[in-house]
Amino acid sequence: MKFAVSDTPIDVAAARKAVADNRCGALAVFEGWVRDHNEGRAVKRLEYEVYRPMAEKEGARIIAEALDRFGVEHALCIHREGLLELGDIAVIVCVTSAHRGEAFDACRYIIDQVKSRLPIWKKEHYVSGISEWVNCQHCADAAHTHAGDGHD
Amino acid sequence: MQLEVRYFALFREQTGHASEVVDWHGGTVTELFAYVAEKHTSLQPHAAALVAVNDEMASWDTVLQEGDEVLFFPPVAGG
Repeated sequence: MKFAVSDTPIDVAAARKAVADNRCGALAVFEGWVRDHNEGRAVKRLEYEVYRPMAEKEGARIIAEALDRFGVEHALCIHREGLLELGDIAVIVCVTSAHRGEAFDACRYIIDQVKSRLPIWKKEHYVSGISEWVNCQHCADAAHTHAGDGHD
Repeated sequence: MQLEVRYFALFREQTGHASEVVDWHGGTVTELFAYVAEKHTSLQPHAAALVAVNDEMASWDTVLQEGDEVLFFPPVAGG
């Protein structure tokens, strides 16, 4: 399992273990967390919708590209779907390699590609009671100013 | 021709449908979107929207074939 979509909480220890290798001296991890604000609005929870058939296929391609491009040993990404609360892990990327440089680079590459290429949509539920799809309702702005995206 | 059209996230909410079978005269993906938007008047086009045909990402210029499954994706936001 190189890329997976999960409707249950992400097991960080299991993700780390899945990329463990005695040839590796570096593990780079990125965790995307559900943050309590975005673009000046108080966020209560997030909801992810995933079109699994294509997300899984494209996610596997991204992992393969990272392995090929950066020469790292192992790479793994798990993305949540469904309703998430503040502090929950929305996505995790784990990369192991002999040295840290390529692990950091591959980790960054994977999360950036996951955010822009996978058929995954995020709905923010605000404390005010309303909710909006990220990058959709502020369409005109999003296209030009790169709308905020929930965390990082 | 008959096509299966699927709507995701915001597009599903705007059309009120997750999927529907559409009888259509044929043409490109762009023309299909305009056709279904006439029926679902709250469906709004967006520059960052994406389209897939039969589970592969496709161009808006793709000419559709009988029986194709067309997936309309509003701007994605993973992570």
